[in-house]
Amino acid sequence: MWIYEKKLEYPVRIEKCDIRMAKYLFTQYGGPDGELSAAIRYLNQRYTTPTNEAKALLTDIGTEELAHVEMIATMIYQLTEDATVEELEAAGLGSNYAIRNRALFPTDANGVPWTAAYIQAHADPIADLHEDLAAEQKARTVYENLLNLTDDPGMQDALRFLREREVVHFQRFGEALRIVQEYQEAKKYY
Amino acid sequence: MTHDRVALLQKLQETEFAAIELNLYLDTHPLDQNALMQYNQLACQLQMLKQQYETAYGPLLNFGFSPSQFPFRWLEGPWPWERQY
Repeated sequence: MWIYEKKLEYPVRIEKCDIRMAKYLFTQYGGPDGELSAAIRYLNQRYTTPTNEAKALLTDIGTEELAHVEMIATMIYQLTEDATVEELEAAGLGSNYAIRNRALFPTDANGVPWTAAYIQAHADPIADLHEDLAAEQKARTVYENLLNLTDDPGMQDALRFLREREVVHFQRFGEALRIVQEYQEAKKYY
Repeated sequence: MTHDRVALLQKLQETEFAAIELNLYLDTHPLDQNALMQYNQLACQLQMLKQQYETAYGPLLNFGFSPSQFPFRWLEGPWPWERQY
């Protein structure tokens, strides 16, 4: 069950109004290595993952990723809320505006809608956790790309936070993998 | 948001973030007594900060996890995605 807390996990303080970033940030909203993918992937995998440690971790990281979805959405929302149509067009968001005005929508940076094809679940904890490890690395590298695309210090601060979380999540999934491997080894001796 | 509110919110975010970090760590290290003690201390601090914030600015949680003054303050802005600084 989910309870919603009415605050961001980490503050988003955009200083410059670099609307082009809004288009790029979509990749971490509805893109393949974005926060929505991460949240759905982990929250879905947890049903068939063995060991309480792994179930707890997938639940908790999955929940944190939803908080990250909110942060990305906040960044896009604040960048576009006061933009004129001309400014949106100049930032490459003209076609987006045509269909959705300033509404947010889970797509990648090119407008390709989010799909469950971005995630997987195999009920094989070794396979699932390796996917999760890879996902965290991919997200980390995307944040590094996004950091290279902006010089707004407030934006950079939030992106750096999100990048660091990916590194920590990777570490935790590595530990869960070891726990699951030990569990599988133990099952062989009865 | 007033300066005081921003400052209190930041303290809350910092404390809760520390708790989240420890939560994830404890998920894979359930036997780390030290970490668990820290986690419980943070939980206590978090409760106090939440109460302080909520008394002044309204409920932080829905579904019965935070009480509300009259009229129902849960719906008050600003919402987290709106500009607050």
